[in-house]
Amino acid sequence: MSTTTEKIFTRNFHLADSHTLERYRATGGYTAVAKAFAMEPAAIVEEVKKSNLRGLGGAAFPTGVKWGFIPKGSTAPKYLVINADEGEPGTFKDRYLLERDPHALIEGMIIAARAIGSHLGFVYIRGEYVNPWRVFSAAVREAYDAGLLGKDIQKSGFDFDIVVHRGAGAYICGEETGLLSSLEGKKGWPKIKPPFPAVKGAFGHPTIVNNVETIASVPHIINRGGEWFAGLGTKTQGGLRLYSVSGHVAKPGVVEAPVSVTLRALIYDHSGGIRDGHRLKAVVPGGSSAPILTADEIDVTMDADGLKAVGSMIGSAGVIVFDETVSIPEAMMVVARFYAHESCGQCTPCRESTGWIYKMSHRIVEGKGRKEDLDTIIDIAKRGAGTTICAFYDGAVGPYISYIEKFRDEFEALIRSGSGA
Amino acid sequence: MPNATRPEFSASELAEVRRLMALYPSKRGALLPVLHLAQDTFGYVSLEVEEYVAGLFELPPAHVHEVTTFYTMFFKEPKGRHVVSVCHNLTCHLLGAKGIIEHLRERLGVDVGETTPDGRITLLTVECLCACEQAPMMQVDDRYEGLLTPAKVDTILGTLE
Repeated sequence: MSTTTEKIFTRNFHLADSHTLERYRATGGYTAVAKAFAMEPAAIVEEVKKSNLRGLGGAAFPTGVKWGFIPKGSTAPKYLVINADEGEPGTFKDRYLLERDPHALIEGMIIAARAIGSHLGFVYIRGEYVNPWRVFSAAVREAYDAGLLGKDIQKSGFDFDIVVHRGAGAYICGEETGLLSSLEGKKGWPKIKPPFPAVKGAFGHPTIVNNVETIASVPHIINRGGEWFAGLGTKTQGGLRLYSVSGHVAKPGVVEAPVSVTLRALIYDHSGGIRDGHRLKAVVPGGSSAPILTADEIDVTMDADGLKAVGSMIGSAGVIVFDETVSIPEAMMVVARFYAHESCGQCTPCRESTGWIYKMSHRIVEGKGRKEDLDTIIDIAKRGAGTTICAFYDGAVGPYISYIEKFRDEFEALIRSGSGA
Repeated sequence: MPNATRPEFSASELAEVRRLMALYPSKRGALLPVLHLAQDTFGYVSLEVEEYVAGLFELPPAHVHEVTTFYTMFFKEPKGRHVVSVCHNLTCHLLGAKGIIEHLRERLGVDVGETTPDGRITLLTVECLCACEQAPMMQVDDRYEGLLTPAKVDTILGTLE
């Protein structure tokens, strides 16, 4: 597959001033917002539906459809909330967008706000992202100074304000209702749906929560049309997107490619292949919550439905590449430690199971595993799936089961070699 | 700095608190930003700081306590002048985080979660900081440091006073 596709997200990344308003405008920035002001809000939603843009934070829900869930004719305040609580292990693309193309997000937010009738937007940035928060906040100030935010933007009669909010360290706040709890000044406990945020979200009002990259796509869709964006992808998902590629590849980094790119091309054409003298063992294709794929399973397209078809998921498109030196049981213990640490504790199956599974995976790695541990982990994982308020536990279950089912020999050898067998 | 047992914001900090509260449809939305401000001002979020902040928000102190204890970035005890947080999640693990953590424990003579006796550095391990392209990596106060080797870690430690 060609690596010379057109770029939309990364086109300015190499420029030292790509985060400035001047550079953004010099490369066509803020022309889409002028176009959007001349469109009816419903027409903007239609264009985004036509584009087949799907959420790029993890759930891959069609963006235009989500926007359409805002109750019609409601006079209540509506909020647009950007999920910049990037935290899925293996993912770093939103950090690049915040630092290197912040105005694409701001412009996308203004357009999305007009589409859903919102006059107040929040950008929830994870607390550890201090530099991205500073750079993005400076871009927001620039936009205010240029009359692109605030009252009567560009004499359109449309008002829109952006509040930049900092989180304080909690993976669960990347879950959209956990994020809203956190934005309201509470611990980041997810909420039972329904009601969905589009009906009752932030501070009790209709709210759309979208990922950074999702909204950064919007100016391009408005400028060049939904059909153009749809045409870049597959039948069920449009566009280019950013893949975060890390681990044992020669050139780790952010890769922009069509959603139809294969995992093989991402690794071998875009990321320099496996590091010298080593060979591929396995890949986590969509952040740590995505079930693992073996070296034989990489001829798959990296769109939401392509990965679903092979029993994994695109998630946040964080691609973590393992070479033959990796101990899968140890990798699973690292992942299990993460989920045990980050479970918010609200639902019993998640709170307890993540802890038990971490303890068992830890003792397996220590050589103290028991014969029955593997089946116990899979049993616990399957029983808990689908029983909790949010998708966190289902995300943890994917790796537990897939690591063991696909690399059972390795776990069993470790258990046999230890004293606990 | 005000007396640690009787924390109180200055007039300008209180103005900032009011500005933050006004940004949200309900002032409680400003709780995390104000707790960040409180930590920057008082060094850490003690029970006394929680009570003080609770007063500003007209909340029971327990409601602030459940927030400060939920998030990893609020320190409930005094921390070092610098905080070094090493990522031990998946990609950093694949690329040698364990060795980096071991090296730091040796160099600093403290265990993870502890502060050097001179109060210079607190050593932590953290979950994914989302800079996996620079693995192994760590956060040193506000900034990310990546592509770590023991030698690079030593150079970085040398810059921390």
